[in-house]
Amino acid sequence: SSQQHQEAVHHCASSRCGEDSHGKLYKNDTETQLYSLKMYSIIHIFYSSYHLWKYTIYDEDEVLLALAEQLGNFTMLVGGPEYVHCLLPPLESLATVEETVVRDKAVESLRKISQEHSPVDLEVHFEPLVKRLASGDWFTSRTSACGLFSVCYPRVSSTVKAEIRQHFRTLCSDDTPMVRRAAASKLGEFAKVLEPEYVKSDIISLFTALASDEQDSVRLLAVEACVSIATLLPQEDLETLVMPTLRQAAEDKSWRVRYMVADKFSELQKAVGSEITKNDLVPAFQNLLKDCEAEVRAAAANKVKEFCENLPEDNREQIIMTHILPCVKELVSDTNQHVKSALASVIMGLSTILGKDNTIEHLLPLFLAQLKDECPEVRLNIISNLDCVNEVIGIRQLSQSLLPAIVELAEDAKWRVRLAIIEYMPLLAGQLGVEFFDEKLNTLCMAWLIDHVYAIREAATCNLMKLVEKFGAEWAQNTIVPKVLGMANDPNYLHRMTTLFCINALSEACGQEITTKQMLPVVLKMSNDQVANVRFNVAKSLQKIGPVLDSNALQTEVKPVLEKLATDSDMDVKYFAQEAISALQS
Amino acid sequence: MRCSSSKPTSEKVDGFTRKSVRKAQRQRKSQGSSQYRTQSAPVELSPLPQLKDTPSAEQQELFMQKLNQCCVLFDFLDSVTDLKSKEIKRATLNELVEYVSTYRGVLVESAYPDITNMICTNIFRALPPSDNPDFDPEEDEPTLEVSWPHMQLVYEFLLRFLENPDFQPSIAKRHIDQKFVLQLLELFDSEDPRERDFLKTILHRIYGKFLGLRAFIRKQINNIFLQFIYETEHFNGVAELLEILGSIINGFALPLKAEHKQFLMKVLIPLHTAKSLALFHAQLAYCVVQFLEKDPTLTEPVIRGLLKVWPKTCSQKEVMFLGEIEEILDVVEPTQFKKVQEPLFKQISKCVANAHFQVAERALYFWNNDYILSLIEENIDKILPIMFGSLYRISKEHWNPTIVALVYNVLKTLMEMNCTLFDELTSSYKAERQREKKKEQERDELWKKLDQFKLGNAPLVQNNSHSIPSVQNNNNNNNNNNSNNNESQEATSTPSDKDLAVTVEVEDSTPCAK
Repeated sequence: SSQQHQEAVHHCASSRCGEDSHGKLYKNDTETQLYSLKMYSIIHIFYSSYHLWKYTIYDEDEVLLALAEQLGNFTMLVGGPEYVHCLLPPLESLATVEETVVRDKAVESLRKISQEHSPVDLEVHFEPLVKRLASGDWFTSRTSACGLFSVCYPRVSSTVKAEIRQHFRTLCSDDTPMVRRAAASKLGEFAKVLEPEYVKSDIISLFTALASDEQDSVRLLAVEACVSIATLLPQEDLETLVMPTLRQAAEDKSWRVRYMVADKFSELQKAVGSEITKNDLVPAFQNLLKDCEAEVRAAAANKVKEFCENLPEDNREQIIMTHILPCVKELVSDTNQHVKSALASVIMGLSTILGKDNTIEHLLPLFLAQLKDECPEVRLNIISNLDCVNEVIGIRQLSQSLLPAIVELAEDAKWRVRLAIIEYMPLLAGQLGVEFFDEKLNTLCMAWLIDHVYAIREAATCNLMKLVEKFGAEWAQNTIVPKVLGMANDPNYLHRMTTLFCINALSEACGQEITTKQMLPVVLKMSNDQVANVRFNVAKSLQKIGPVLDSNALQTEVKPVLEKLATDSDMDVKYFAQEAISALQS
Repeated sequence: MRCSSSKPTSEKVDGFTRKSVRKAQRQRKSQGSSQYRTQSAPVELSPLPQLKDTPSAEQQELFMQKLNQCCVLFDFLDSVTDLKSKEIKRATLNELVEYVSTYRGVLVESAYPDITNMICTNIFRALPPSDNPDFDPEEDEPTLEVSWPHMQLVYEFLLRFLENPDFQPSIAKRHIDQKFVLQLLELFDSEDPRERDFLKTILHRIYGKFLGLRAFIRKQINNIFLQFIYETEHFNGVAELLEILGSIINGFALPLKAEHKQFLMKVLIPLHTAKSLALFHAQLAYCVVQFLEKDPTLTEPVIRGLLKVWPKTCSQKEVMFLGEIEEILDVVEPTQFKKVQEPLFKQISKCVANAHFQVAERALYFWNNDYILSLIEENIDKILPIMFGSLYRISKEHWNPTIVALVYNVLKTLMEMNCTLFDELTSSYKAERQREKKKEQERDELWKKLDQFKLGNAPLVQNNSHSIPSVQNNNNNNNNNNSNNNESQEATSTPSDKDLAVTVEVEDSTPCAK
């Protein structure tokens, strides 16, 4: 019962607050007054429910989560920024609960309402709360405190600032790894609000300590902080203050830390600048690409393109050719498919960076090798990025290898693979041109229409529509329409229905002439089908193609058929026929 | 994960990989340690003379040499290289195990650093990433440690070392320190059950021999559990750590320290919320019961704690919870039972009415337990009113005949305990249900009003004068009624005929769907 009650509160609170922020309710004075009256009631309910909770009637985590979230929107409801501090006590207790999501939400709300405190209130009410949390007994409150330092630091006096820095230092060397993790994850954010001199004097030592923590879960968070810290320091300090730690992280004995370095590589690269990149990050990146753990290699492989793009332009090509490309070549034949497919998703991007000649000489063999990879995901990733290569060398270079790869994917045993390749068909068709398409790919596209998985047939239908949009109605009339209509006589009712689905998709692109003269007769004929599913799809199709037809055909041909279907013995056929009739009338 | 070029024919049929096929592929897999560039050049080992063939004066020196030799690590993922050296190391390790377990006086002070160094070098390593990110320990085969032929012997050696009668904790504590323990604890996350089993015994020995490390070990286990519960939800060695704790709790002195009580309430109880509870529930329940046997006054907070984290959607877990409750009730003191009987039996009454017959059955089995039966009988006037409604209803409504039969027996037992009360409840049952129905209607009405309130469809004035006061009224009503509070939320979306018709069309399997 109290759950419902609480829900009612959130219900009201969320809708009111939502409208408030859009300002919809402030139309005139009467409405404003009514609104305040209502708010008063809501606050009243809210506080009574808060007390219910406080006195342990109900403490379901889901409810607490909603409560923590809503409290962040309550500033207006408690009387505006002047009184916002009265939201602190409930949020403080929510910030100490065990359940992580509740706690995080409470912290999020606290961060939000901290902005609404005046500087004085911040020191009188908010900062003491942060201190209490930071020196709490149980790890939960200390964890929550970590997220609050950075929001109040910029707006308090320098004595209070010193205290906050001290608290943060203490939490960075907390006994509990959970707290150290929380502190490490907020280190970058805190560094950003600190004065430059304290970044050097405080943050660097904390960073170094966290980056050599005994727990790898703490160390890897320091890597994330490294990005923010490096951006805050002047270039000349990076070498001495940040790089030793970063080098150590890139060679950490735990793969999780190395993975994090690989994952953040582009950000790190931007943060440390081009000189350090050339001297330090290039060898580090090479090592990550050769790491003994596939997870790390895959993360690094994902960054190959971005890393190369961001290399300093003056000797970018030389660095790529001598240092990066050899590693990339090895990854093409990696033992792990995730590594290969990560690489395949970015490798094509290198061609724009290296230009036509290098692409043909060095990259093309790699693309071709990946197109023949045993793993479908690798092949797909290559095919899905063909446009990059097309711009540089033209797709013709690849078409001979492309075809067998496409055919094999098109017949893959896993329908998701088939689905993926269908989705690239319009793109491929556009790049390969209509002749190549007719010659090699058309049969595939038609074969998908009779696939035994519905999702494939559906995608194939949609694909035909896109092809017609690309190649035009005349092409459709000559190549695909006859085949599609031929399926209307198939003994399998699923195939007959596919004809209808295709007609639905194609009628608009094909235009009135083809629709009326070729498609409509087939649809009308199918209204006598013995399977009800086909019949009600006839009704749906007629509704769909109706707008494309001329009014004469509608009146003389479509209407009688629909009227007949509306008296069908099957309930669903009747329903859809009636629906079509009323839709076409309006 | 491996992409096999020759697909089994079963895959061609439906396009989906069968789980059994995937499993079969996985079973063949084993994994190397994530040793990161530990050695630059390959080292070839050459055999040393046997310890037993060496004069005792030279044995110590040779022992050290052998320990050093065993610090060389080999790549077991590559099964063809270093075969000779691998065999030499294996033989040497075997010899070392025998040496520390049968010879006396071999553990001189100067040997400790080399011994621990050899152990650390071999077993402490960053565990590799899991081969299967959604590894389900109940379904899937674990990935086995590929260097086990050596590692097993090193663990064996460590165990024999600790168990050697000459072993001196006062000397060893310089090497087997907090850092050592921390690294040992990290290894409990290993997917290989053989390794975790060794670790369990070893950590238990260390806990027994190093008094100075006990508090530290407990605290670190605490941290591992908290991280498991609130952060990662993944740790392979929870069951093993709980097993160690089970025997540790047994030895706690009375009265229990606040630290231990906190561990029970803030770690063991929340552990029940884990998704993978099935993997360690037996050990967890054992720990909880151990605590209650030590200090019966903890019964109330524990039962209330369990009720708070009671599973809402997972029937398997609910069955486990009921099992644990029965274990607790087996040792409960009657005075403690009285303190929790009401909330507890409210939950049990929900369980017996559960649509999942295993849950209902497990709860009804309580009535086969003589001790529980005697507790119920003693408090029948409190318990019968709580249970009656559910039992009476399912005796008429439950779909499963076994449950209905069980319920009849339970009702009969309860009736025999207090016949008058039973008759009273039977006669007031109908009126009670009527009242409930009415309340439910009122609640529905309220929700409808609230929905209007939310959408702002109705004029503001009207809303304001009606909705708010009724929220409060209804709340007062609701406070008296704890059951059925989910039902009013159900009537949100009703599928239309159209939806039904469309789903027919998507059906793919039969030649004619109609």
